[in-house]
Amino acid sequence: MSDALARVSEWMLPLVVSSILVVGAWQRVPLYQTFVQGAKGGFSTAVRLIPHLVAMMVAVSVFRASGAMDGLIHLLNPVLTWLHVPAEVAPMGILRPITGQGSLAFMIDIFQKHGPDSHLGLLASTMQASSDTTLYILTVYFGSVGIYRFRYALAVGLLSDFVSVLASVFAVWLISGMIQV
Amino acid sequence: MIDFIWLALFISGVATAMVTGRMQMVSSAILKGAESGVDLCIGLIGAISLWMGVMHIAERAGAVAWLAQKLKPVARRLFPSVPPDHPAMGAILANMSANLLGIGNAATPLGLKAMEELQKLNSHPDTASDAMCTLLALNTASITLIPTTVIALRMQYHSAHPSAVVLTTFVASLIGTCAALAFDRFFRALSHRRQAR
Repeated sequence: MSDALARVSEWMLPLVVSSILVVGAWQRVPLYQTFVQGAKGGFSTAVRLIPHLVAMMVAVSVFRASGAMDGLIHLLNPVLTWLHVPAEVAPMGILRPITGQGSLAFMIDIFQKHGPDSHLGLLASTMQASSDTTLYILTVYFGSVGIYRFRYALAVGLLSDFVSVLASVFAVWLISGMIQV
Repeated sequence: MIDFIWLALFISGVATAMVTGRMQMVSSAILKGAESGVDLCIGLIGAISLWMGVMHIAERAGAVAWLAQKLKPVARRLFPSVPPDHPAMGAILANMSANLLGIGNAATPLGLKAMEELQKLNSHPDTASDAMCTLLALNTASITLIPTTVIALRMQYHSAHPSAVVLTTFVASLIGTCAALAFDRFFRALSHRRQAR
């Protein structure tokens, strides 16, 4: 069981990529040329991220180095222990629906301090990946068609973000338990 | 909102440093933070390019269209107010498929197209319709199969199992999406009841 799960996550990427290539070949897609066309956008996407990540990494570094982060964690600890959420990921959970780059910077901070394979590292990765930036999506989607009365959409988004945090804790507990046992 | 958060992180940090006497560390953290922001993005170029290239092949091979076909019965139940052969349904299906495949930058334009079509069905053009709220619920808590950016960052920090996050993300986002749809249903029923009164 444990071996199987560890192997599934190891095999995932190579299998997904090769099956996409096989299906592409089957559908007579010019593989190499199509790949290069798509990959061209990778550079600009990454470069476009630079100013955002610089801004957020600086703010998060200041927040961490000053000791303000430890203070916040200390403050939130009692409530979060009750919810079984480690306090270290609380700033991520708060920022995730508001700014994706902000929570990404906190995730990187956790990687630097605890490592990506630690329990916290895996939890931070899952939280970052399993939800989207609710406020951004609402603004862009509703803004594009000129709607300014959102009704209950914001409440639904934020409530499900909260559930996503708890679900991440549960998922990491479930999967890492399975891999270790 | 984002202005406020950025300012708050900065100011609360500097203010705390005044009390804790860690100004020296904060001062070097500012420059280190900026540097690591750039380093990380440069390190991401490879993985992002790889994934965008691979997904371009998947798109060309008809993955989005294929998945949209499979999702049709689900979408009909999720969006009862949208006629099954209206162009809005097609755009919703394409948006759902792109989200599921993790083609984020394709999902947004498709989602905006869906909003545009839904707006044509909307009787109050300044107010969100039921279908729009459901579409947004799906998009804010989208099920993710392959979180590329996170995997790439894990690799940069020498993770032994960078894709371990695939399984946990799938479980967590599945639960999150079910919750979003349940909340959506609940609030929709609530608002209709209020309107009926």
